[in-house]
Amino acid sequence: MSATTDPPKDGFQLSQLIYDTRYRSMTIQIVALVLFLLGVGWLLNNAAQNLAALGKPLSFGFLGEAAGYDINQKLIEYNNQMSHGRAALVGVLNTLLVAVLGCILATVLGVIIGVLRLSSNWVVARLMTVYIEAFRNVPVLLWIVLTMAIFIESFPAPRAFRGDNASASMSLWDSVALTNRGVYIPKPEMYAGSMIVVVVFLLSIIGIFVFGAWSRKRQEETGQILPNFWIKLAIFFVPALLAYFVLGRPIGLELPELKGFNFQGGIYMRNSLIALTLALGLYTAAFVAENVRAGIMAVSKGQSEAAFALGLSPGRTMNLIILPQALRVIIPPLISQYLNLTKNSSLAIAVGYMDITGTLGGITLNQTGKEMECLLILMGIYLTISLIISSVMNWYNESVKLRER
Amino acid sequence: MSDTHAQTVAYVRDTMLPEQAPPSTAAGPIKWMRDNLFSSVLNTVLTLLSVYFLWLVLSLVLPWVWYGSWTATSLKECREVVADLGLAHGAACWSVIGERYLQLIYGFYPAELYWRANLAFVLMIVALAPVLYPNLPRKILWFSALYPFIAFWLLWGGTLWTPVVAVAGFVLGYFAFEALYRLAGSLVGVIAAILVPVIWWLLLAGPVANGLASVLPLTIETVESAKFGGFMLSIIIGVTGIALSLPLGILLALGRQSDLMIVKAICVGFIEFIRGVPLITLLFVASTLLNYFLPPGTTFDIILRVIIMVTLFASAYMAEVVRGGLAALPTGQYEAADALGLDYWKATRLITMPQALKISIPGIVSTFIGLFKDTTLVSIIGLLDPIGLTNTIRADSNWNGIVWELYGFIALMFFIFCFGMSRYSMYLERKLKTGH
Repeated sequence: MSATTDPPKDGFQLSQLIYDTRYRSMTIQIVALVLFLLGVGWLLNNAAQNLAALGKPLSFGFLGEAAGYDINQKLIEYNNQMSHGRAALVGVLNTLLVAVLGCILATVLGVIIGVLRLSSNWVVARLMTVYIEAFRNVPVLLWIVLTMAIFIESFPAPRAFRGDNASASMSLWDSVALTNRGVYIPKPEMYAGSMIVVVVFLLSIIGIFVFGAWSRKRQEETGQILPNFWIKLAIFFVPALLAYFVLGRPIGLELPELKGFNFQGGIYMRNSLIALTLALGLYTAAFVAENVRAGIMAVSKGQSEAAFALGLSPGRTMNLIILPQALRVIIPPLISQYLNLTKNSSLAIAVGYMDITGTLGGITLNQTGKEMECLLILMGIYLTISLIISSVMNWYNESVKLRER
Repeated sequence: MSDTHAQTVAYVRDTMLPEQAPPSTAAGPIKWMRDNLFSSVLNTVLTLLSVYFLWLVLSLVLPWVWYGSWTATSLKECREVVADLGLAHGAACWSVIGERYLQLIYGFYPAELYWRANLAFVLMIVALAPVLYPNLPRKILWFSALYPFIAFWLLWGGTLWTPVVAVAGFVLGYFAFEALYRLAGSLVGVIAAILVPVIWWLLLAGPVANGLASVLPLTIETVESAKFGGFMLSIIIGVTGIALSLPLGILLALGRQSDLMIVKAICVGFIEFIRGVPLITLLFVASTLLNYFLPPGTTFDIILRVIIMVTLFASAYMAEVVRGGLAALPTGQYEAADALGLDYWKATRLITMPQALKISIPGIVSTFIGLFKDTTLVSIIGLLDPIGLTNTIRADSNWNGIVWELYGFIALMFFIFCFGMSRYSMYLERKLKTGH
């Protein structure tokens, strides 16, 4: 290839659009854009023709019409006279509920399992490997239906709790009833004065942050280190407990009781919610565990050795040296695991949990026959949730990222 | 020196002692147990807890699996047989697997045609072998290229001319490229290589196939898609999706990394959209909506629609994995390729893409595994994959209420496939490793 460039010739030839690198990228992009627009236009044109032929013009009016179906799991007021839009909102909240619960479970379990997999204890490490491989290599849908089957098949029916020699009994000092219809747990009951306890508790949480900032400032100025953890623990518990007892225990527990054919009182958690949360949490925990393990292993051994050489205690080594570096590796894949869990929660439909896919993409779609509109809204909602989760987590990732000076 | 020594000291050993075995606490299984199981209080507690947990689980599961009945013909009979054994937690009814395993594998595919599915599966292994193991003769790759058409004909049946005519499109495209490349340069050649097959498939292929079939039928019995099911369906969707999503994903990754703004924007939009929605919504699109986007009156097969959606879904994830590999390559590699005077496609094909793919093998394989697991989602839109078939089996009054045996069998089969894939990826990583 010749090293000298030909001097640019005068005048513009059509072939330059293809052979001249100055114009070629333009040509390619314009051709791509035109082809893309033509393709999209063709699809939309087909859709318009088909919808017109079926007499189903694109309209979102159905969202205001009465839904006419009941939803058994709801976080906000809803009955079957309310609109499809309201039903969709109930579904969105249910999706978010299961996603949040699942993410918490997956994170806690995943961190524990990931750390234990690196344990020097042979049995524990092997056990965790088996757990991870078992959950990662079997479809999540199977885990969901399997967990649901465990709840339905192996827990006793409410009537088994009845009678003097009942075959089943409530667990945790008679406060929790595990039945095949769901789980009944105690419900906090608020009496007069309970608000003061709650306010004191919230104030003490703010106090923890204030104390943390003050203690950090003090350490930077004087070099003295306070036993931060114990003081924070004390701030967390002592004022609220004091208020609780001084005011004469204004918060009580309403225990579930067997009345007639079923339990009454307490908080009733549906099987479908628990099974779905458990299955999603356990499944995602296996992936989170692998991320945690990779993150810890990515911190080189020299870092902990250097920390020990500086005379830091093992706890401070973990908190100040290893974890901040490991977190930087762990968080980006953790974001995508949270996103995956949220998207997998759409499998709720397999166990009859009424999330957004079950309400808007299921019953509303079948009742109104508005496939196009329902799926557009459904996808839009999931896209929005995904974008929000990833932007929040990316913001957090930015805040723990290495600041290069 | 030695004299004085001999006089002052009563006894001096002049031979070496024979080597003694290390103390039993510092070698062998006891040392291993002390190091690995009981090295500290916490570790001891953990060990005891996990052994107790293992004992709990195994004492529950093993008798259940081992004493399971293989002969009962219904769940009721099985319960009676098992109750006689007097086990605390009962035992499995494996006879449902014995009775229905063919259905779990083939769905409702006609029993007398099982050989066709089997043959397609064996040929698939032959076609995959040269891709998976590079030391096999390269000529088999020609068979791999033809395999999709053979498999389509074997599985769905119909006339042999349909796949032949489809292959002819590619051959025509090749000849068009060869002919015009010499006459009018590479660009015209490429355009012709795309246009000629498209015209052939859209306008000529159908009539030609019909004409040839009327002269010489070469027809085998047709099987409709509704009869496909079980692991056969999972494998069809999974393998096709895997084979198609890799090239599509590579193209999308290149598009996302390219300097061409519009191409980049289209690719980013596509990838982010697909990654933002769950697969189940895309499957709903496949089952209810896809026909709206095609010219009025077109209908096409539900399995094909599902494969298209699964492929698009997996290719977006694949694109991100490959992009990670491309981004991980040192810039020097791109610069070196440019310095050698290679054009974009040559640099990509010869320098950057092979290295990027090698880096991203673990991600690629876990995307494959994810795709294969996700094929179970088709049961939600009513296809009879293994999980969908469990409902069909339970609908039989003999097996009404059976759960664990079916789920256990399906989980085991998926585990074998997926675990095999992940082991293969580790083998490939070791084999392709060029670092030190």
